[in-house]
This record gives sequence, C-alpha cells and structure tokens, in this order.
Amino acid sequence: MSTAAAHPRPAQRIAHARSGWRRWPLASGTGAAIATGLVLLPLVFLVVQAQRSGWGEVERLLLRHTVAVLLWNTVRLAAACTLLCAVLGVGAAWLVERTALPLRGLWRVLLVLPLGIPDFVVGFGWVSLDHGLHGYWAAVMVMTLSLYPLVYLPVATALASGDASLEEAARSLGTGRWRTFWRVTMRQVRPAVLGGCLLVTLALLAEYGAFEITQYRTFTVEIFTEFRLGFDAVGACVLSLVLVAIGLVVLAGELTLTGVRGQRSGPGVARPIARIGLGRMTAPVLIALATLAGVALGVPVYALCYWMIRGGSTTLPSASIVGALGHTAEFSAAAAAAATALSIPLAALSVRRRGRVTLLLERFAFVPMALPGLVVALGLVSFTVRYAISLYQSTLELVVAYAILFLPLALVAVRAAMGQAPASLEEVGRSLGCGPLTAWRRVTLPLIAPGLRAAFALVFISSATELTATLLLRPTGVDTLATQFWTYSTNFAYGAAAPYAALMVAISAVPAYLLSRRMTAGARRGSLR
Amino acid sequence: MSRLEVNGLVKGYGRREVLRGVDLDVPAGSLTAVLGLSGCGKTTLLRVIAGFERAEAGSVSLGGRTLDDGSTYVPPERRGIGYVPQEGALFPHLSVQDNVSFGLPRAERRGEAVHALLELVGIAPLARRLPHQLSGGEQQRVALARALARSPSALLLDEPFSSLDAGLRASLREEVHLLLRSQGVTTVLVTHDQEEALSMADVVAVLRDGVVVQQGEPAALYQRPSDELLARFLGAVNVLPASFSAGSAMTALGPLQLHDSEVPERGSGSVIVRPEQLEVRARASEEADPGEGVAGRVQQCRYYGHDALLEILPEDGIGIDPLLARVLGESALPAGTAVTVAARGPVSVLG
Repeated sequence: MSTAAAHPRPAQRIAHARSGWRRWPLASGTGAAIATGLVLLPLVFLVVQAQRSGWGEVERLLLRHTVAVLLWNTVRLAAACTLLCAVLGVGAAWLVERTALPLRGLWRVLLVLPLGIPDFVVGFGWVSLDHGLHGYWAAVMVMTLSLYPLVYLPVATALASGDASLEEAARSLGTGRWRTFWRVTMRQVRPAVLGGCLLVTLALLAEYGAFEITQYRTFTVEIFTEFRLGFDAVGACVLSLVLVAIGLVVLAGELTLTGVRGQRSGPGVARPIARIGLGRMTAPVLIALATLAGVALGVPVYALCYWMIRGGSTTLPSASIVGALGHTAEFSAAAAAAATALSIPLAALSVRRRGRVTLLLERFAFVPMALPGLVVALGLVSFTVRYAISLYQSTLELVVAYAILFLPLALVAVRAAMGQAPASLEEVGRSLGCGPLTAWRRVTLPLIAPGLRAAFALVFISSATELTATLLLRPTGVDTLATQFWTYSTNFAYGAAAPYAALMVAISAVPAYLLSRRMTAGARRGSLR
Repeated sequence: MSRLEVNGLVKGYGRREVLRGVDLDVPAGSLTAVLGLSGCGKTTLLRVIAGFERAEAGSVSLGGRTLDDGSTYVPPERRGIGYVPQEGALFPHLSVQDNVSFGLPRAERRGEAVHALLELVGIAPLARRLPHQLSGGEQQRVALARALARSPSALLLDEPFSSLDAGLRASLREEVHLLLRSQGVTTVLVTHDQEEALSMADVVAVLRDGVVVQQGEPAALYQRPSDELLARFLGAVNVLPASFSAGSAMTALGPLQLHDSEVPERGSGSVIVRPEQLEVRARASEEADPGEGVAGRVQQCRYYGHDALLEILPEDGIGIDPLLARVLGESALPAGTAVTVAARGPVSVLG
C-alpha cells in the first residue's frame, strides 16, 4: 500500500556501502535478475501465444462484441465495488479509531476478519443460502463485503498513527471541525485510501470463483470458459492481455494520484488523538457496525456451519480431505519457500543499493500485483506446452505460478525487515573478524528472520486459498482444498464442500486475526508496497 | 602497538572526489584525532582504513604491513582493526555480553577475559541486557568493549560522543581517554568538535576538502595554525595587521613577541592573537594611560560561567575590528565598561 511507513528509507550512511563488497552486488544482482525474469515470463509468453495466429486474428478477437460487454461489466463492477469499499472502509476506520466507540478491541478484530475468508467462499456462502442471488448486484455485494477490509485496514492504521497536533493547528487557524476533517485528516490518510482502493480494484480484476458462483460475466470468467471449455488458447490469451493492460493502467493511475508522499515535517513527537464522543449516536453506530460485521463475516460463517451440520449427501465419489490438505500444504510450503528466497536478493538490492536499475527491478517485481492468477497460469501453460511439455501440469509449474503471483507479498515483508538490518551492522561484524558469509549469517539473517517468517506465512496462506491458477495447473488427478471445494460446490454438493472451505478459512483466519491485532500497515495480496 | 600510515589516499563516490590525497601518520600507541567539518571526508577515511571501502589510489599500512595499495587488499576481517561506528551500531538481537564477545572464538565467548573487559568498561551489571534497554552512553561503552575484545592493533572511533548530551559527553570522553591510554592501542578518533580533538588527542590532523591541511600536537595547532580558516575553526581569534622587525611584530596593541621559529622576511602582514592572550582592565578615568594599553569599551559580554568572552570596541579609531578577549568568569565586565586592553606574546604570523 502506499503508506509511507511501509518503506523506511535507509540512512545516508548505509548508502555508503556501495563499492566495498565486490562479490555481493553480483550475487544479489543475479538473484534479483532471475526473480524479475521469472515474473515477466508469463507475460512474455501470453504475447508470444497471442500473436502466433497473426495480428489480424488478434485484431478480430479484440474487436468482438464480447470484449465490449466484458469491458462494460468489468468497469461498472469495479466502479461500484471500489466506491462502496472506500465508503465502508473509511467510515468504519474513522468510527473505530477516532470516536469513543465502546468495545473498540472487538471491532478491530471483527472488521478485519472477512479478509480471512476467500472471496469464492463468501460467494458460496450467500448463493448456497439463496439460489436467487446472481448477476450484477449479487457480485457487487459479495465482492464489497469480501474486499472492504483492504481499505479499512490501511486507513485505520493511518488514522491510529495520525498526529493530533496537525488537526489542532488547523482548528486554531479558524478551520471548523468538518472542514478540518476534509482538509487535514483526509489529506493525511489519502495515500492509505488510494492504496486500499488500488488493492480492491486489482482483486476485482483477478477474481474468478466468486463471479462464476454469482453468474456474473467478467474477463476472468470468459477467459476461463474459452480456455477450458472452448479450448481457444489464442482467444483466452488476447483477453488476458486486455485484462493485464487494465490492471497496469490502474496501477499506474494510483502511482500518479498518490504523487509525492507528504511526510511529517520537523522534529517533535506525534501526539495521540483525542477521540470524539458519540453521545446519542452510540446506539445507531453500534447497530451499523454490527450489521456490517454480520453480513460480511456472519453470513459466510453461518452458511459453512449450516452445511457442515446438514452433512454431505453427495452423488460424487467421496474424496479424502486429508489428501487434499496434504497436497495444499506441500504446494503452498514449496511456493512460500521459493518466493521468500527470491525476495531476499531483491529486498537487499532495493534497501541497500538504491539506484535506477534497482528501482526498475523492484517495479517489475511488483507487476504480479496486476496479474490475475488465471493470467499467470495461462502464460505458464503457453510456455510449457511449447518449450517444456514435460513440465505441463507438473507440481513444479504450479509452485512456480504461486511463487510469481505472491512474490510482491514476500518482497514487502522481507524489505521491511531488511530496513532493520543496515549494512553497517554487517560491516561491524566483518571488522570483528567474520568473513562476508559468516557476517551475513550471524548478523543480517537473525535480524531479517521475522520478515522471512512473515513472508513465508503470507505466501503460504495465499497459495493455500488460491483457486484459479490451481484449477488450471494442478497435476492431473491431484486435488487441493480449493479445487476439491470447487468440484463439490459447483455440483451443488454443499454439505461435502463445506468442510474444505472451513479448513481454508481456518488456515487464513489466524493471520488475519494477528494482522488486525498488530494493526501493521497492510493486508494480504501485496498490499504493503 | 603498531604505527598506522596513510599515504596519498584518494577515494570518491561516482564523480564526487571525497578524499584527494590524504596523508596521515598515526604514531604507535597514540591517540590521533582527525578533525573536520561534516562532509569533509572523515568517515570515508575511516571506512577505507577499516577496509569497508577500497582506496582508488594511495596506500594504507599498519605496523609495516600493507593493507591496501591498489594491488594488495586485505579484507576488514583480517586487518585486526577495531571499529566503533557512530551511534555504536550494536547488534540489536544480541545481549551486551554476546555483542562484546561476538568477535571471539566460540570457546572464549563465556570466558573470564570477557567479564574482565565488561568490568573494565563499567558495563558488567548490564551483561544480560539488550541494546534497546541501554542509554546512549552505555551503548557507546558496549561498542567500545566489543571493538577492544579482540585486542586490535588499531582502533577507529567515528564521532563516538556526538549523540550524547553535553554533561555525559565530557565525562565519558574523559573515561575513554584514560581507558585507551591504559590499553596503549593505536587509535584514530574522528570528530567535528575541536574541543574534543584538542582535549583528548596526542596528535590532531585537520581534514578539509579531502586533504589533511595540518597535523601536529594540539598546542602547536592551536597556537600556530597554518591559515586563518584553521585558526578560526580551532577557536575564537583576533587577526591584527602587523609590521615585522627582528623577531617581533608591531601591532595596534603594541610590539608583540613572535614564536621563535617564525621570523618573516617581509615587512608587514598579520598575526593571530587568541582572546586569552588579551589582558583587560577596567579604567577608572575616561582618559587612558598610554602605558596600560589601548583604550576601549566593552560592547558585549558573553558569560559562560567559568569564563566570559568580551567584545571590545577600541576607541579613537585605531582602525581595527572589535577585539575578542577571554577573561575568567569572576572578572566579567558588563557592556559599556571603559577598559584598557593589552596583549601578551608570543603570537604567530599568518601565512
């Protein structure tokens, strides 16, 4: 996300370390280049695949009526959801952090927890309870309720760490309470709001499962259908490229909008905020927040419990939940290890050796934020089918897809940690008789270990609840929690599907809870940029 | 004990040349201060000596062993040079004990020697604390102990006291001075504080724009600075026009003896007179007795407690700027007092 707190600027002295170590830049540079290349690989092969049948064909596919419909569907969905998420997220964050709200600790947790439920499970929860739910408004509702925490969390963090003295200064300059709110408070949290909205939009572009369930046609649904059912690889690739282009435009737009990030100027300690008393509004506010938590968190959880108790009467062959759990854990752990390892050289370069090349590598590493899982999967399929058929639908391919998709998440966590391990400490280690490797192992590694653990956990959870890429890339005959859930729920075997969803929720609810407790700036999906 | 020699050292970052031929000679067992304004290349010099950066030209040697000369480059871990960075840079994940014993072989890390060192530096009671639980002064002690633990042949201190408040700075400075003296380790201390350099060091080297402009004992530097800029950097100063003849200088304050080594050929120039070389007396009458010195009036009195700096405007237009005179605090005179000013030699000629 765009809050400035996410990247501590290295002190001037650290930048001094440039020329001293000859081999290190080479090693980390190579590592960073490999990571960046891997990230760009799917994109490159989408283009290769799309133009194989000639530009004329690409043009014909682009100018189809379908594309216009999809574009309209995507834009009106993104506009409504992003706006609703912004309103709900900012409003809830302000109420929780800036007013004298009773039970603040509880709300902090309840309002973030919907992050822990995969979007397609939320969709499943609503639709399984009411089959009449489908179309535009159903999609808007399901996605808003799943995604508003992406705005809430960064804004609440920004408001909680805000500085009362700025608002006091505005009031003393004759600005009224409301004008102060708009001109000072909102200005301070604007990067957080924009960053949150960016995440919401990107998540909307990438989502597949929830739209399939609510029967709302977006790019992802169409791409999946064309590729899986129509076996039209070129058409799917062309649509994917349109989707990527939209994502990159959104990403670039956010960068321009955010602009120069204002920082607290001058010395002095930020003073904590005095909270506004709610008075007679207390009861209505509590009811409103309870309603939000109820529909966002309560309904999906109720649906899962309902179907678990109703039990699984299914005509499909029963699958082993233990086996699915095992595969999920195996793939996710491998992806988490890979993404974490790849992010170390990138983070080291970006923190310790700032420069144009480094900045470029880093920007590329964040490209997957605008790449839906479906698109990465298609790119990898195009690559393996043409150049490495033995890797097609292999465990390796799936793990690589996860690692690419969630590299930004790992990078953010590791980079934040790397800021706590300045090169000067390693130098002191060397002056105390340690060689370069030993100094790294004894000084830097212990200091970034918490960041590495966080990166591993974030990627693990995201991989374990990933659906779209998994559906396309999983080895034949192997099921994960997400794919098995999908098989059952799309065949209306809700009772059988519920335990799988419950397990996924259990895996990702714990970190969502921890996140809400620590109020660290950021959320899942590469939120902290 | 080893002598540290730096010859013709050149080092830059990109196009910016930071060090442009630095020569520095640190006698074995001495404490040498490198004094300069921020940005003059002090820290870069230390980093090259420590081995964190490579010299572009010139050489560094310690006890006759070449550490860096273009063809040889000894990595930092094999130089045997202790380094105490600004702000200490303690390993935040390790206790005081583990910080101090970091550079020792595994077997010695819990040994008596470490404990003795902690006692020596006065941090034994803090052995189990983590760095964030220490005050600024305690952190500096730990950083010093950590660097001393490996019995280095040389020790580099990068502005070690600059982050401390005034009172603590003075007392810790004194303590570290005694400690280093007792250890007899060859030490280079980098600082921008001329008081610190003059009071602690055996030898002071002044670094300006990437070269050492003067190196010598503190008193020699203070009394005989090579140019006016340096004279002003080391403390308040009066620059007086003078004409020279036979080992003395004729100035507005009368004839002043020159330091014996300086007998200029030329007929006229300027001399520097430090404020404490002026004697100030309050006058009873408006008329000055020519035998007592130049008549003047106190324009401003800056009172520091132990002493006071008087700004005195000479009367009767003898064509010189206001004079600065340092007197003991108890002899401070309020603004407006009529005084006579006389000077004591020897003084030195500005080149």
